[in-house]
Amino acid sequence: MVQINLPKNSVVEKGKYYKDKTGSKNLRKVNVYRWDPSTEENPRIDTYEVDMDNCPSKVLDILNKIKNEIDPSLAYRRSCAHGVCGSCAMNMGGKNGLACTTSHSEIDGDLNIYPLPHLNVKRDLIGDLDGLYKQYQSIEPWLKTNPKINSTEIFQSKKDREKLDGAYECIMCACCSTSCPSYWWNGDKYLGPAVLLQAYRWIVDSRDDERKARLKKVADELKLYRCHTILNCTSACPKGLNPAKAIAEIKKMLATSNI
Amino acid sequence: MSTYKIIDHEYDVVVLGAGGSGLRAAVGLSESGLKTACISKVFPTRSHTSAAQGGISAALGNMGEDDWRWHMYDTVKGADWLGDQDSIEYLCKEAPAAVIELEKYGVPFSRTDEGKIYQRPFGGMTKNYGNGVVQRTCAAADRTGHAILHTLYGQALKHNTEFFIEYFALDLLMKDGECKGLIAWNLNDGTIHRFRAHTVIIATGGYGKVYYSATSAHTCTGDGNAMVLRAGLPLQDMEFVQFHPTGIYGHGTLISEGVRGEGGYLINSKGERFMERYAPNAKDLASRDVVSRSMSIEINEGRGVGKDQDHVLLNLSHLDKDVIAERLPGISDAARLFADVDVTKDPIPVVPTVHYNMGGIPTNYKAEVLTVNGSEKTVPGLMAIGEAACVSVHGANRLGSNSLIDLVVFGRAAAKRAAELIKPGTPHEDLGESETQKCLDRFDKLRNAKGETGTAELRLAMQKTMQSKCAVFRTEKNLKEGVDEIRKTYEGMESISVKDKSLVFNTDLVETLEFDNLIRQAVTTVESAYHRKESRGAHAREDYPKRDDEKFMQHTLAWCDGKNTKISYREVHKSTLTNEVQYFPPQERVY
Repeated sequence: MVQINLPKNSVVEKGKYYKDKTGSKNLRKVNVYRWDPSTEENPRIDTYEVDMDNCPSKVLDILNKIKNEIDPSLAYRRSCAHGVCGSCAMNMGGKNGLACTTSHSEIDGDLNIYPLPHLNVKRDLIGDLDGLYKQYQSIEPWLKTNPKINSTEIFQSKKDREKLDGAYECIMCACCSTSCPSYWWNGDKYLGPAVLLQAYRWIVDSRDDERKARLKKVADELKLYRCHTILNCTSACPKGLNPAKAIAEIKKMLATSNI
Repeated sequence: MSTYKIIDHEYDVVVLGAGGSGLRAAVGLSESGLKTACISKVFPTRSHTSAAQGGISAALGNMGEDDWRWHMYDTVKGADWLGDQDSIEYLCKEAPAAVIELEKYGVPFSRTDEGKIYQRPFGGMTKNYGNGVVQRTCAAADRTGHAILHTLYGQALKHNTEFFIEYFALDLLMKDGECKGLIAWNLNDGTIHRFRAHTVIIATGGYGKVYYSATSAHTCTGDGNAMVLRAGLPLQDMEFVQFHPTGIYGHGTLISEGVRGEGGYLINSKGERFMERYAPNAKDLASRDVVSRSMSIEINEGRGVGKDQDHVLLNLSHLDKDVIAERLPGISDAARLFADVDVTKDPIPVVPTVHYNMGGIPTNYKAEVLTVNGSEKTVPGLMAIGEAACVSVHGANRLGSNSLIDLVVFGRAAAKRAAELIKPGTPHEDLGESETQKCLDRFDKLRNAKGETGTAELRLAMQKTMQSKCAVFRTEKNLKEGVDEIRKTYEGMESISVKDKSLVFNTDLVETLEFDNLIRQAVTTVESAYHRKESRGAHAREDYPKRDDEKFMQHTLAWCDGKNTKISYREVHKSTLTNEVQYFPPQERVY
């Protein structure tokens, strides 16, 4: 079940019910988490009846329909609408994903839409990812090298470049980290799958000179070893990446090298 | 009068926007010791640079002989001679070093067998001044924009750039024709911030969302362009809107030109490779305006596919599966998700889709904003880069993979120029409150708008008008109707309604402010198109099918204060920057 960090002394209440006004016979009930910190009110679940006869296939299309035609006050992040920017990550039907690539037909019954689990909520479906971004900065996501020749690229074999496949594609949507129970409980110290996948991306880049230092930096009881191979991360990734495997690779490198 | 508590900040430079160009500028500024703020309405890696697929052009010569002069010729020709050749020279000459720099930042480029950066063929990119195909477009599979954007964000972190994320910029602060800073609204907590700066660099991207069907993100609303209009300055060449040949039919998702670069081709309902008829040499790799027009003609003449015969097909199923997996994995996903197509078996349904704005804020090659007042003048304190700017290197039509290189070359140029002009820590003069007040009054008026029309409804009306009246092919009658309809939609602002009254992530108000930005650009786009009575690049007039160099080898300038629009023209720069290359005089443009 989804858990959300609520403001003190608050419970999620039953919210407004928006009845269909189109007369459509093909309606779907959509329950959406709502909260605005600038009001004194508790969070609530609003319910919208949405005409599915005139709605394209993705969950984001439903949200856009609600915002454009029913309730303009609904707040959520969105941008590219085709799964590359990572803005519209949320929890739909109990599973994390991108609203723009998740088909609503994949979810049975009433559609429940919540923010990503275990984040502080900024408003409605907008989660606070500032902590995750700070952790991302902490792994120093830039190439560390002292190339002698400046006028040409650093050569990298096709085989070495292949090692970055499955890692560089991460869009930092946080679907993985916010589906990880270890991250829920120790998110302030455990780096979580998204950031560890990025750490891995730089560790295995053949052009980088600081491999050992990078490994040393993450070799920490809390930063790394809170991963208990639950694998929620890999099942949540909307890009089909495998953060759990990357974490396992880091552990393996640490176990087999002298650092 | 509206009253808001204002939080003040002082910086040497403020960069507005954190896409490819904004981040590259911010990195350069931080390196030069200037105190820099980078403001963005979205987290940097959410910027639309992430959607760029096919690659970044530079005459590296990794896949055969190449020369930056050939690249320059291709760009001049692609631009249909509306580009400024001094700027184009700068772009193409600086391009190889800019790509090498990106590689050293850590961009995970695809590789050749020797371990060099992989380069693929792209539309309009040729060798030896139009004689044969060259492989010039450097690629990280089909996720080049994503790879570059994330790498540049890493560099910005390395240089401790100060970010203000999820801040929505409202307006520039101008005094006596100079830019002194800007006002922004912090969506996170609802506070209003005033940033003083010796230079503001606008890097807010394009405004594709004036159209109904676009590859552009929801956030591509050209906010900086509109701020420039409200500051009483002109936008340039706004009629030149690029339709990308291959947006997924019905959804608009981009399918990279890289697909055709790797050997994919377009077919009509008869299964013909119709591009052979329109561009006998370059075929499917003709420039984008040419391919989009050819597709539209095929559709208009009844050779489209589907129930309504309103699109064509892009076939790549003949390509080696390993090539698809290695070089085109992203578009394979997109085709599956948004067209339900397995590209190894079936073709993708595609249609020309709004993709890029050649027009924008006029600048010189140093990224300084230009205006015309008797003669060409720079606007002190104001720069523009990336898709927001009109340098103009893309002229009437941009070549694929020339936008990513534009971002980094001119992002870097802006930082260099700012470092020449500003001494770090120079104190800021007193500004007074009138500009701030004017900006907040507009904000407050929209925030409390109690009309009866929702923003989404007006936005849709604007998008439908632009889609039908200012499309691939244009006529006097169509454009006149467009001018009138857009005017009416603009007047609809008077009865707009904003239901959400919160100041925290009030996305209803954000979208209303964005609409206010979009509609001004829609007005200038359709007005500029109406006044250009010739066909050039992406601007195809059925009633004026020929290019008219005598009258129109000029940049359109459009001023718009909302109620009134003024159109004027500025000479195209007809000389190069140095003697290393000669000016390319206008020729007939054949592919």
